[in-house]
This record gives sequence, C-alpha cells and structure tokens, in this order.
Amino acid sequence: MLTMNEIMETIRMVQKENLDIRTITMGISLRDCSDPDPKAACRKIYDKITTKAERLVSVGEEIEREYGIPIVNKRISVTPISMVAEASKTDNYVMFAQALDDAAAEVGVNFIGGFSALVHKGITKGDKILIDSIPQALAATGRVCSSVNVATTKDGINMDAVYKMGQVVVETAKLTADKDGLGCAKLVVFANVPEDNPFMAGAFHGVGEPECVINVGVSGPGVVKNAVEKVKDKDFGTLAETVKNTAFKITRMGELVGRAAAKKLNVPFGIVDLSLAPTPAVGDSVAEVLEAMGLERCGTHGTTAALALLNDAVKKGGAMASSYVGGLSGAFIPVSEDAGMIRAAQEGTLTLEKLEAMTCVCSVGLDMIAVPGDTPPETIAAIIADEVAIGVINQKTTAVRIIPAPGKKVGDNVEFGGLLGHAPIIPVKEPSAAHFVKRGGRIPAPINSLKN
Amino acid sequence: MNHIRKDDGGGNRVIISVIGKDRVGIIAGVSGVLKEANVNILDISQTIMQDLFTMIMVGDMTESTVELAELKNLLNEEAEKLGVRIDAQHEDVFRYMHRI
Repeated sequence: MLTMNEIMETIRMVQKENLDIRTITMGISLRDCSDPDPKAACRKIYDKITTKAERLVSVGEEIEREYGIPIVNKRISVTPISMVAEASKTDNYVMFAQALDDAAAEVGVNFIGGFSALVHKGITKGDKILIDSIPQALAATGRVCSSVNVATTKDGINMDAVYKMGQVVVETAKLTADKDGLGCAKLVVFANVPEDNPFMAGAFHGVGEPECVINVGVSGPGVVKNAVEKVKDKDFGTLAETVKNTAFKITRMGELVGRAAAKKLNVPFGIVDLSLAPTPAVGDSVAEVLEAMGLERCGTHGTTAALALLNDAVKKGGAMASSYVGGLSGAFIPVSEDAGMIRAAQEGTLTLEKLEAMTCVCSVGLDMIAVPGDTPPETIAAIIADEVAIGVINQKTTAVRIIPAPGKKVGDNVEFGGLLGHAPIIPVKEPSAAHFVKRGGRIPAPINSLKN
Repeated sequence: MNHIRKDDGGGNRVIISVIGKDRVGIIAGVSGVLKEANVNILDISQTIMQDLFTMIMVGDMTESTVELAELKNLLNEEAEKLGVRIDAQHEDVFRYMHRI
C-alpha cells in the first residue's frame, strides 16, 4: 500500500528538487561494420546506428509522459572507433566521426560517444590514427564525444599515451578556440575506464558488451541536498543513513526507466549508473550537498571527508535499489557543470589540488576544469599522469577532462552553454614536468594488481 | 491517512496530482475530465500544503476511452482553465520508488 505521504514525496522530488533521469544511453556494437573501404565502413556505421536507435528518442519521450519523470538526455555509445576503423585503408578517421555525427543528428540524440581508443598497454596502428584525428574530429563535429584509456591497475600507465594526450588536448583546444576550447569538453582521458558507462563524454560500448544494450544514468543532487538539509543538526550516522535512503529512491527511478526503455525497444537492460550528476541549474549541485553537510564553502578543509561520506552512502543506497549496477557510480564533480563548484572556484576556495584530492574518494576525476590557454602540453600531460596514478593505485576509475582555454588567463571565464555550463580559469603550477613526462615507456602495474 | 489499495486496477492506475491556489470547482473540473474519459476514481485525498491546495486522485484506467498521453492533454487543458498544475503519472513510479 502506498501512502499519500509517499506519493507527495515523489511528486515533490520531481517538481521541486529536479529529480530526473540524466540519460538513457543505447550501446551499439559496431564490430560488424569494418571494411577495407573507409566510405563503405562509414555507410555501415551510419546505417546500423540509425536502424538500432531509430526509436530511442520517441521511446524516451513516451516513458517521460507515462511516468512523469523527465529524461534529460537520450544518447548513444558505440564500439571504440579505433577498432572498427582499423581495417579501413585510410590514415585519417575524421570521416568516421562525421558518420557518427550524422547518425546522431538523424536519430535526434545530443551526444554520441565512442570516438575512442584503449591504449593502456600500447598503441596499435588504428589507435594512433584515431588519436591523431581527435582534434580535427572534435572541431568538425558537434555531437561526437571522444575518450582514450591510458592506464589500468592491471597494466600500469602508458606514459607515451599520456604525453600524446597532453598534446591532443592542447591541439583540440586550439582548433575550437572560437568556442573557448569547447572541443576539450568532449574529450576524456581515462584510467580503468568502465565499458558500460552511460554518461558523456566518456561513454563507449565496450568489447565485452552485447550487440545492443540500454544503460541508464540517474541524477538527483537536488533531492539529496534537500534530504541532507532536513538532518542539519544530527550526527554522521543519521546523515549517512539519510543519503542512503534518498539514493535508494533515486536509483529505483533509474531502474524503472531503464527496464521500461529496454522492454519497449526490445533490447537487453544493461546497468544503472548510480551517479549524482549535477547541472548548472541552481539547486542541482553536488557542491551544495557538501555545503549542506556543514561546510561554509565547497573546497575548504573537510570537503574530501564530506565527499567520501556522500559517495559511499550513494553507492550503498543505490546498490540495494538496482539489480545491475555499473558505469561510474559515484558522485560527479565537474566544475563548470555545477553552480556550487563554479562559485567555490571563483572565490579561490576550490583549487586544482583540492579537486585532485577529492577525486580519490569519488567517481571520475578532474572534470570540466578550465586552465590558462598557454598551459604547455607537458603540464597537461603531467596533470593527466597524476590523476591516472590515483586511479591505478586505488583500483578505481579516474579521468581528466580539462580545457586549456585559448587566449584566456587566470581570472577569466569560459562559457560553454547548456549542460556544459561555464567556469573560471584556475591556475596551474609554473615549474615544468616536461623532462618527467617525456621519459617514454610505461609505468609498471602496481603491486596491488598482482591478485591471481 | 488514505491508502491506495493493491487489490484493484490491475496495474492500470494513474496518480493524478493537482497543486495550485484553492478555488471553487477544482474537484468538479478534474473529475469531469475523468468522467468524460471513463476513468474510475478509486481514491481522493486533499490537503493544504505550504498554502497550496493539494489533491491526489487515484484513477483506474482499465475502462478508459483514452490513452494516458491523451488524458494528460485533457487534464492540462483543464489545468489552464483552473489555474492549477495537474500531473498524471503511472502508479509504477510511486510503487517502484517506495517498495521493493
């Protein structure tokens, strides 16, 4: 039996606290689209995506209407293009990005992920062409997202790839200089990348995945913040319990929507990603959840502990609510996409160093951080190396999505618009790490990877 | 406290929520729409929450002459006339969130 209080609680979450499903993402395998002729491969890719995902958007809208829960994004992830394109006789994969972009536009999704390569142990011919094509591909397309996995706990850190990605990030920013380096907002460098992540820009359809699958990403920082505010003067046990209960309810919505979408589209249901994903909208902020716990400003001392509690409680509550949990699952801290993070960064309380510490205890990593446009590629590579080292040693996913905004310096602002938000430029350290990142080779896998 | 009973409706129930400034004719207006659509009202509860009139209706759509999407459109038209917000959601949303 449902009580009226329970009904009112659900309605309040949706209407007042911005509860929504952040994304339903259809994963599509493109492994059968390889062809020596790149044009033929692109045509196969376009045809397969537009066939499989033809009804994705309309089904998403149908579910929104039936259940009255907004589904903010409908998206697509595909097999890493480096693998699909490798058989084609060409030395540039930009046309593959264009095929993805066209297919995404045709079916009406706002982002498509999978212009990706997995190079944690080494780089193949296809991986190299793909990575070299990233800056141009992200400048030439609007919906394509790119990701590169450069490290795993099992294999260590491919420092050649890390250095290369430092250069690619800078080049991507330059080619999209007219939009404050927007291309970099669609490019993620990973350690221990999950293969079923529904969230952009890091989504791709992993090699162990089925032909087609539906994954769901939930949201709900606003709901958690409201719940946390209600237990303002209570102890940590109560606080953790409150977050857990709330995360449970949010995740149940993800499970419901994912199963409904999978059934209507007649594809298997993959996972629910239990992430607290903020948006620039007021009241939809992870930073504000941390502040509601009793911090005057996100980024001050105590922030890492608060985030650790939040992240853990979200997982505990969410894990009980869904049969299949996957993806990134944790709290996101993308600076430009979170009103509270933006404020804290503008005031100088939230720094790059503090963000790095925070990534040790939550999912993802240095996310949507704008740095000065003249930051050298070696420094970007060193930032990536630091972040992936945290992931590799702690056996978790970490990632870097950093924007060296062309022509901008500390104190300036960048504006990406929409869900990507805006961000102040924050400082990086001046002394060079060039000699270190250029040593070449691979940092060996850590001792804690030897588990067999 | 009102409860929604589990023993009727066969999974075809909708929760209709009405929130807005209190005035004459809200219940009549909403139930008029439901009558036209042949939706049986199983339960009504109303209260004043934060100075706003709040009504929850549970409707059974088994014999309904319209689909949920169309019912929502009809209710929205009525909502505009009454100056309130009306939502209709499948009951699974509530059941899933609060029950395993």
